[in-house]
Amino acid sequence: MAGKTLYDKLWQQHVVKERDDGTALIYIDRQLLHEVTSPQAFEGLRIAGRKPWRLDANLATPDHNVPTTAVERESGVDGIVDPVSKIQVVTLDSNCDEFGITEFKMKDQRQGIVHVVGPEQGATLPGMTVVCGDSHTATHGAFAALAHGIGTSEVEHVLATQCLIQRKMKNLLIKVDGELGKGITGKDVVLHVIGIIGTAGGNGCAMEFGGSAIRSMSMEGRMTMCNMAIEAGARVGMVAFDEITAEYVKGRPYAPTAAQWDMAMAAWKDLVSDDDAVFDKVVEIRAEDIKPQVTWGTSPEMVTTIDATVPTLDDARDSAQRAGFERAYDYMGLAAGQKITDIKLDRVFIGSCTNSRIEDLRQAADIAKGRQVASSVMQALVVPGSGLVKAQAEQEGLDKIFIEAGFEWREPGCSMCLAMNADKLGNGEHCASTSNRNFEGRQGYGGRTHLVSPAMAAAAAVAGHFVDVREF
Amino acid sequence: MKAFTVHTGIVAPMDRANVDTDMIIPKQFLKSIKRSGFGPNLFDELRYLDEGQPDADNSGRPLNPDFVLNQPRYAGASVLIARENFGCGSSREHAPWALEDFGFRVVIAPSYADIFYNNCFKNGLLPIVLSEAVVDGLFKAVSGSEGYALTIDLEKQLILTPDDQDIPFEVDAFRKYCLLNGFDDIGLTLQDADDIRQYEAARRESSPWLFNAG
Ligand code: SF4
Repeated sequence: MAGKTLYDKLWQQHVVKERDDGTALIYIDRQLLHEVTSPQAFEGLRIAGRKPWRLDANLATPDHNVPTTAVERESGVDGIVDPVSKIQVVTLDSNCDEFGITEFKMKDQRQGIVHVVGPEQGATLPGMTVVCGDSHTATHGAFAALAHGIGTSEVEHVLATQCLIQRKMKNLLIKVDGELGKGITGKDVVLHVIGIIGTAGGNGCAMEFGGSAIRSMSMEGRMTMCNMAIEAGARVGMVAFDEITAEYVKGRPYAPTAAQWDMAMAAWKDLVSDDDAVFDKVVEIRAEDIKPQVTWGTSPEMVTTIDATVPTLDDARDSAQRAGFERAYDYMGLAAGQKITDIKLDRVFIGSCTNSRIEDLRQAADIAKGRQVASSVMQALVVPGSGLVKAQAEQEGLDKIFIEAGFEWREPGCSMCLAMNADKLGNGEHCASTSNRNFEGRQGYGGRTHLVSPAMAAAAAVAGHFVDVREF
Repeated sequence: MKAFTVHTGIVAPMDRANVDTDMIIPKQFLKSIKRSGFGPNLFDELRYLDEGQPDADNSGRPLNPDFVLNQPRYAGASVLIARENFGCGSSREHAPWALEDFGFRVVIAPSYADIFYNNCFKNGLLPIVLSEAVVDGLFKAVSGSEGYALTIDLEKQLILTPDDQDIPFEVDAFRKYCLLNGFDDIGLTLQDADDIRQYEAARRESSPWLFNAG
């Protein structure tokens, strides 16, 4: 009999009941909640007179709507100027209080972007099923967990039953072998992958990242990659368990200790795809081929390398993509054949659940150190992923490096990733962003987003246009 | 949830691939804590010429005359045909809420993003997958005849065209059952509460660290 993939194992371990129609009831170990996709779920519980099934499986924190300037944050919820944003955060607070769910509120140092907070607290553990009403829940798969985004009705379903009705997905392996070049990060690897397989390449699949380049990658890099599995159409991204995973998890507040740690380690060792496991599809990539990536268009698959030019219509794979390219040239204000290094930036954003962890900030600070943000750049924001990341960075003096270089050092939250608070792009502005989506209007009405790694974003801030970090 | 049995409605064409959820309902409208009222802001950035604000009156806003849903011939449309990878991007259920609130009951496309597809069924919206060729044929038919309408029979899993063609479609048996009856699947899952408790007890025994508080 053929071996099992990591996904097969995780799936099997969580099946409560299989149904005749091919769906299964899957047990959920952890649900993370935030203010945008939970209010209607709590409302549903209340209307039906239901109670959460298991309180301690849930953890909540506001992130999307929280303001990120120190002044606004001073007064907690009352500091939120936008009344509509405020209602959402207040509603999360009151729902968590009413139902008895642990929440890291705005003034709590542990508050942050859910996908940064979960792993940081050890609330995301290997072998778990993790869900959240947010598509970037795929991030948590970096811990050899089965993690995916769900809609609000499913948030309610998990609150009420601790289960989800699921259908098993296909197995897709992205194998990255070899050694990554200097300055190449998880962000470049995952953008390169999306460029190859496209934004629908992983539809219906659980995507495992394997190969020697992934094995030697840090947890931060792995989280960045899994985070963007959804941009390749896969609800689930995963990396097998190893020493690097264990090292990261150990000692975190929710992580097991003493005898339970040994028990857990014994179980976690098996959280790898067997050597003879069969995948429905395998994509092989050579690490040496990967250069710094920059998206030029309005979909993450519209990506190219720093030394290249904006693709021409002849580069499109079919007529649908050709039409997409034409719209993107227009929206982005770019011409086919234009050099990527000629794209000038109005703003720079370093943050989001993709790239706001300590390693990301260190990489950006390395570039920013002793340099200055170009005068043509209106604003360069650094927004740490959580209060604890912020504290760590300040302890290392990274905040000073950024501030001296002319960056703004902010309070944790989603911020300019989706512009639900005051941090947004103006119409027509170009932004080098470490976030995950370059859709039209994502970072503000008419805003033009270019997705890059933290080091590339910092270098672009200094130069005023895109530059190759490898030569910086 | 509204039950879905047979539905007849005017078809509107959304002729672009990878329509993402930010396009279906831009993020400023996600600030609502309600499930309804999103219809006027469906496709907001395509539909209006100015920037939409939550809780604002939309009636006086300048409409983009080129946008398909603003054309009189598609007034009252309740069936949307679209291209590949419809609904990609975020998990926001506000996307199907907005489509449903606008009046759509059916979407037809060659493929969908998984989460969006799933979310549709929870909200009485039927997403149908047809081959690219068949969808393309529908696009041609719609543009060729004003008032083009389709009848969708979920029980029989058939789409009836005005020229009496039957187009069969696939749908998951459980989802079909819930949609036909307008069932809330939480209630159905809770019928298995004993199985869940049993599973949970065994898991607590074998993996106690999963039940620790921080
Ligand atoms: S940082 Fe951006 S992508 Fe991540 S959860 Fe927040 S809004 Fe979503």
